[in-house]
Amino acid sequence: MNLHEYQSKELFRGAGIPVPPGEVASSVEEAVQAASRFSYPVVVKAQVLIGGRGKAGGVKVVRTPEELRREAGRILGMDIRGLTVKRILITPAADIEREYYAGLVLDRKSETPLLMVSPAGGIDIEEVARSTPETILRVPVDLRGLPAYRARAAARFLDKDPAIQKQIVPILIRLVRVYREQDASLAEINPLVVTPKGEVLALDAKIVLDDSALDRHPDTAAWRDLSAEDPDEVEARNKGLSYVKLDGSIGCVVNGAGLAMATMDLIQFHGGKPANFLDIGGSSNPEKVEAAMGILTRDGRVRAVLFNIFGGITRCDDVARGLLSALDRMKVRVPIVIRLTGTNEKEGREILGQRGLPALSDMDEAVRAVIARAAEAA
Amino acid sequence: MSVLIGRGTRVVVQGITGRDGSFHTQGMLDYGTKVVAGVTPGKRGERVHSVPVFDSVEEAVSKTGANCSVIYVPAALAQDAIYEAVDSGIPLVVCISEGIPVRDMVEVAAYMRGRHARLVGPNCPGLISPGQSKVGIMPGSIVKPGKVGVVSRSGTLTYEVVWQLTRAGLGQSTCIGIGGDPIVGTRFADMLALYEQDPSTSAIVLIGEIGGSDEEDAALLIKRSITKPVVAFVAGQTAPPGKRMGHAGAIVSGGSGTAQEKMARFQEAGIPVAKTPSEIPGLIASALKPGRKSKLTLLRSKRGSKPGRLAGSAKSKRRGGSAKRSVRTTSRKRPTAKAGRRRGR
Repeated sequence: MNLHEYQSKELFRGAGIPVPPGEVASSVEEAVQAASRFSYPVVVKAQVLIGGRGKAGGVKVVRTPEELRREAGRILGMDIRGLTVKRILITPAADIEREYYAGLVLDRKSETPLLMVSPAGGIDIEEVARSTPETILRVPVDLRGLPAYRARAAARFLDKDPAIQKQIVPILIRLVRVYREQDASLAEINPLVVTPKGEVLALDAKIVLDDSALDRHPDTAAWRDLSAEDPDEVEARNKGLSYVKLDGSIGCVVNGAGLAMATMDLIQFHGGKPANFLDIGGSSNPEKVEAAMGILTRDGRVRAVLFNIFGGITRCDDVARGLLSALDRMKVRVPIVIRLTGTNEKEGREILGQRGLPALSDMDEAVRAVIARAAEAA
Repeated sequence: MSVLIGRGTRVVVQGITGRDGSFHTQGMLDYGTKVVAGVTPGKRGERVHSVPVFDSVEEAVSKTGANCSVIYVPAALAQDAIYEAVDSGIPLVVCISEGIPVRDMVEVAAYMRGRHARLVGPNCPGLISPGQSKVGIMPGSIVKPGKVGVVSRSGTLTYEVVWQLTRAGLGQSTCIGIGGDPIVGTRFADMLALYEQDPSTSAIVLIGEIGGSDEEDAALLIKRSITKPVVAFVAGQTAPPGKRMGHAGAIVSGGSGTAQEKMARFQEAGIPVAKTPSEIPGLIASALKPGRKSKLTLLRSKRGSKPGRLAGSAKSKRRGGSAKRSVRTTSRKRPTAKAGRRRGR
């Protein structure tokens, strides 16, 4: 689960990491109100759960209330890479003397969190890793957290001034603590700035929480901003489906994530374009099948739907029943191609056969068939 | 013979009285697995499908001689279940549970370091050694005893591939799903080493997917020290970056972990990469053809690298085989010649 900048800063503030003050607004009036508590210039920052907002014009420094009205009005409601801006953060503009990067991710290879710091702050760390990898210091974090001596080494790597280093050390230690305590999979300060007055501040913040650990953090989990996510993906998650929207014309409903990916790949291999990734999981609950069909057929670009079911724990007859009851309850206008193999395959075929729905048993054959049906329907 | 599990495997089921634990205990018993004990704290003395239930793994081990644990407990309890199995001296711990927080697995990984126990999973379907033993949830009906070792990060995709192998008459020594999480106990490299040592395994199918770099590591390992033929497949070529594709570990982040990258690494290492699951049996069959020398033999012999022979192993039944084939052959030829020179003179 991705947190907004203002939410991430809230967690940082709670952990004792210095962040500039700020207020969230969802209307121009609120924005003006918020800004009246600070002194101009202030920064208007779009709160969207996607990167690249600066380049898209979603971050603006304003010097007067009039300018604020204009920019807040423009940014609220603007589209940033497919997401509509519904909230903005108003925060006093900070003078920046130097800017750094500090972030934590899971390093899968060493199976530990990894702290990365770089004096090349303010830009995408992946870009830094590609162009100037030598400017990134990587510090593995074990079960002890971040010992102060390692934090000191990282601080020395960032800044020559001992007075600044002294401020950076506790920030890094606390960043590591937030990452661990909040079950984050990413915690990032970019940029970490040094002001002309010699203060160190986390000017921007990004935290991604581990979805599997949300139960342990009900308060933070309640921050989920559904309005900032794709509605189909929200519905899918609520129904227990794993769904990712793509831009093709062939919908697919598959049991199992690996098989679902392989199905998308096979659609492309045979010359089609997959419309989505969708794993219905081990369950063959009709409601899940119905929800899946609902999401797929709502997408006007979907010309045909492929069911690719390999019964193991999932029983083919259950899926067949689920599909029929879903078809009874909703109008489906696109052609459906079904592939059933594995546990109770014969029973599943019989159930579908009574309704005149044939089921194939070979995955390649089914993919070729659905591509052909989609072409006819187009 | 087989890898990790076989006729001597005696299984204790952690979480045996739960819905999943009880269901899959029946499945394992039906397959002939020796399920000797179950554990659910507070349910000592009960029986599930006639398997005795104990309060602790330690007690189960001392009373029944269990040497393998399979875990079906809810994700929030899984870390403790793994610790309990390891601390009770179980050498092989298979964790089926899905949705374990990453932090819990970071701690488990640190605890396992330097200990002798092996963890398989979590978020995995377990293992099956056809005709001998099944630990986990793989359907027994699709496997058949034979010489192919299968290792995969997936569940149903593994079944798909295994079923296609079986239909093509290619039986398996052991099939294992190592799990789809970012941190898993057993990785591709571990399984490759085990299959390499196992006399009953003659060829290996490796099924990878997007995310992480275990496939890349596996490609390097195969090039350096695996002599048995390996055929690879990587799922997720059409996966968009930054999106998690079902499995917690299946995500392309910051441009790394793509299927294309992984396939390229395998090809560079001279490993045939199947473009679709249905190509796998053909690639394995030609790798197993009598008269085909093992990869090591080829590496060692100066003139052993006749392009045609190697190309045969990478032969595609489908279209577009020839161009790709010559690329693979040349990439493989180079290390071959070098190795030959070094050893030969």
